[in-house]
Amino acid sequence: MQPFAYRKIHDVAAAIAQGAGEPNTVFLAGGTDLVQLLQDGIARPAGIVDISDLPFSSIATTIDGMRIGALAKLADVADHPQVRAHYPALATALGETASPMVRNMATTGGNLLQRTRCLYFRDGVSSCNKREPGSGCGALRGEDARAALFGASEACVATHASDLAVALLALDAEVLVAGPAGERSIPVERLHTLPGDTPWIDSDLEPGELISAIFVPRGAAGWAQAYAKLRHRASFEWPLVSAAVSLAVVDGMIEDARVALGGVAHKPWRAEDVETLLIGRELDPVLAREAGEAATEGARPLAGNAAKIPLLARVVSRALADAGGLP
Amino acid sequence: MTPATTFVGSPVSRVDGPAKVTGAAVYAADFDIPHLAHASIVQARVPAGRIAAIDTRAAEAAPGVLAVMTHETTRRLPWHPRDPRPGVDPKAGERLHVLQDDVVRYDGQPVALVVAQSEEQARAAADLVRVDYAPTAARTRFDVAYARAPSEATAKAGRPGDTSRGDPEGAFAQAPVRVDVPFVQPREQHAAIEPHATIAAWDEDGRLTLWDKSQWVDNVRTEIAHVFGLAEDRIRVISPFVGGAFGSGLRTWPHVTLAALAAERVGRPVRLALTRRQLFTNTGFRPHTESRVRLGAFPDGRLTAILHEATGQTSTYEEYAETTLTPARQLYACPNVATRYRLLDMNVNTPSPMRGPGAATGELFLETAMDELAHALGMNPLELRRANLAKTDPDSGKPWSSNALAACWDQAAARFGWADRPRTDEARRAGRERIGSGMASAFYPAHRAKARARVTLYANGGAMIQAATSDMGPGTYTALSQVAADALGLPLEQVRVEIGDSALPPAPAHGGSITMATLGNAVANACAALRETLGADGEGDLTPALRRSGRDSAAAEGASSPGKEAQEYESAAFGAVFAEVRVDPELGTVRVARLVGGYDVGRVVNPKLARSQCIGGMVQGIGMALSEEAVFDRHCGRVMNANLSDYLVPVCADVGALEAFFVESDDRVFNPLGVKGLAEIALCGVAAAIVNAVYDATGLRMREVPVTPERIVTAQAARGR
Repeated sequence: MQPFAYRKIHDVAAAIAQGAGEPNTVFLAGGTDLVQLLQDGIARPAGIVDISDLPFSSIATTIDGMRIGALAKLADVADHPQVRAHYPALATALGETASPMVRNMATTGGNLLQRTRCLYFRDGVSSCNKREPGSGCGALRGEDARAALFGASEACVATHASDLAVALLALDAEVLVAGPAGERSIPVERLHTLPGDTPWIDSDLEPGELISAIFVPRGAAGWAQAYAKLRHRASFEWPLVSAAVSLAVVDGMIEDARVALGGVAHKPWRAEDVETLLIGRELDPVLAREAGEAATEGARPLAGNAAKIPLLARVVSRALADAGGLP
Repeated sequence: MTPATTFVGSPVSRVDGPAKVTGAAVYAADFDIPHLAHASIVQARVPAGRIAAIDTRAAEAAPGVLAVMTHETTRRLPWHPRDPRPGVDPKAGERLHVLQDDVVRYDGQPVALVVAQSEEQARAAADLVRVDYAPTAARTRFDVAYARAPSEATAKAGRPGDTSRGDPEGAFAQAPVRVDVPFVQPREQHAAIEPHATIAAWDEDGRLTLWDKSQWVDNVRTEIAHVFGLAEDRIRVISPFVGGAFGSGLRTWPHVTLAALAAERVGRPVRLALTRRQLFTNTGFRPHTESRVRLGAFPDGRLTAILHEATGQTSTYEEYAETTLTPARQLYACPNVATRYRLLDMNVNTPSPMRGPGAATGELFLETAMDELAHALGMNPLELRRANLAKTDPDSGKPWSSNALAACWDQAAARFGWADRPRTDEARRAGRERIGSGMASAFYPAHRAKARARVTLYANGGAMIQAATSDMGPGTYTALSQVAADALGLPLEQVRVEIGDSALPPAPAHGGSITMATLGNAVANACAALRETLGADGEGDLTPALRRSGRDSAAAEGASSPGKEAQEYESAAFGAVFAEVRVDPELGTVRVARLVGGYDVGRVVNPKLARSQCIGGMVQGIGMALSEEAVFDRHCGRVMNANLSDYLVPVCADVGALEAFFVESDDRVFNPLGVKGLAEIALCGVAAAIVNAVYDATGLRMREVPVTPERIVTAQAARGR
């Protein structure tokens, strides 16, 4: 860990000014990821702006949806009665995130902006273009069992590890951002970036920009939802693959659908082809399996992660089955 | 006359429990030593090569830095050879002479040490040390083609390259039923909660005190005496509490030397605490081992041939070998047995014993192959074991000092409900899951060693037991208190136990499940000697006799060492493990719903702690079967998941209902206390039972652990799901 200047800021405008004005400054919220990155020498900021006291922690139902503060703790969101009642995919995804202790500390905004779990990024010394641009991608020809299936580049095959982001993508959520140029909202689908030849960039946020809240539209509230997550142990692990689905079912017919995949790309991955396949059909085990297969279309495995392809198909089928109450 | 037993055999609570939960128990890194400085290791970033240059200028200029030590700036130490080598050290090769030359032998090797005022300053400065390497060819890929036979010294230490009795190949060729089973067990890490740490302090007379996480303080003293060329009485090693070790604290690792070197350099006490990442490459691990088991049997299940080959990894500088093939030679009655053990030198740090070393691995291989044989025979796996009970040690022909394996099988099967396990596809179905049942035998040889213990009785009725043994968690403090309380006729709370200090009477390694059979008897003998000194009769409170003598206190020492039983008998702990798993065949997940283990460990000194130890072993077995694997990059020769979020030990949610019990057993042939030892046996057989249960649930033969969803779907695809 390298020395840094620490400031706790209580005012949004001041936080943004600090974040934008001083080079190599990062925001600290729950700290469950950033502190690890600091300890492992992966994040080496000159300054840390502690935003944990900013007024971003409320969870409120509005006329058109739900507004979840960026500083709301994962545990509080997961346990929120309105979230449980209307957005079960979100409640499940959060309930399966990390461990109870981490969920009591970690914030929604921080969870969305957590950095990849790629072993080559996290070990602090191996070749990694994300951590050290130009050093190469160790995972590309190395231990790639968890590498991306979609949207990867020669420079980076890392995946995004958030469960929350996958569920939010299936719910058509947006993040509300405050920054030097004012406020804006970004659909979750466009919050994260693909690695391309700039893998050190994870998100669309500009320096000084802060996520203030997540907005989940009311539209999805009545939809059939599920989040299915696959991992090696039963708890406290990021997804190997996961899927969130949200289906508008009318008289047994799927009228609209959103399907998002986790653990397979540098960002939560929207499976539009699967959505198209589902719309206008009746959900049954055959369709669920067909949709699972369709979710793997275009997957580009490396030497050691091909087993993620059938697992992805099955986790999508499972999420659909859960959403549709199938066995 | 045998003293009455009030406490031995009763489930008393941990005597050190209150100290541990209140924080009063002090662990190595926590000792509050005045003027402490802190050290941080710089690790090599190539698997093989030479250090071309080290630039320490930036680190030296960093805030708080007291010294930066490299092979260029560290004095040459004598590193006297150990003769004989301690049982915990490899029998061939040479230990890592840290900071003595420019050779890099593995990725993660210490190549420099930064000492600073604070730990944070030391770590920050360690990041600033720039090392240029001239890499050389490294062996970072496990390829049995390069394996070699163990050296003579290793062979003599019970790890022979080739053994044969009867006509194994001939018997196998003619066997009516045969199986041929390859299997892979990956590198596994001890992953104890307490990281290794050492505080080193030299006094003005050149005496060295080490506060260290260790399972064997006497050996730390002897090793450091040899490394530094000091007389042993110049060194004291203190290690009162150990926060789990599972074998990682048996050897004296290079960081202990580094701490002492650093303290010498800066003229202050120095603490060196390894980070979680550093633990993976600066202490040992269970070596990656690949195996082939061939079994031949008659239609009634009797084994006619066992041929077991295994290759384990070791480092390029030391020959670490395991008793992987001992179970093949000793667990079952079979006239024709061949074993073939090979080693593969790799650019890794040296492996070391990890709970159930050799046996846990060998029994994973043997007991999964036995399951395959049972199915090839169309036989109940339990009946197959029963048909091959070894009534005497099949290898030496000697009688067992005791063997209640059959009782373990019977009673564990009954408690598990083996006879009523789901046998049809219909019965195995539980919603989206499939229920599977599996079993395995467990076996771990029992030994004891030489030790002394001291007892001091005070006129106020208090007693002190002292020995240089350790308590890495099993309950040495408690169990020795129980033995002493009975022998002295005192209430348990009046007995204090002091261990983990090399100034105390000598003890062997706290490992290999030998502690109770060794120290328990030494304590009993010390108490008997005191009784004799005080001229008291065979039992009851000894305090009145002391008071009559007019003294404030009286002390006696007692010794214990193996007797002729070690030549005349074979001794071992036995067990039977039954597992029920729930497999989701769609997602490839395996959850352990139930484990039942029945154990023959001799007399049980404390059933509560013994059970605790056994269920701990079961949890580790779940990890071995389903999640634990050090991910090793074959290109850069590096452990990639050297942290506890990616090296996956089981979490509570992975652990189903665990039941451990002990069959009636009391091995007074092996030692007067009648105990055999139970640390290692608790891990043996667990992973095999789980893997066998996965087969029962899915029909998939998993021949590599951990059994992950990826491996399940790959096996399904190979079978043509």
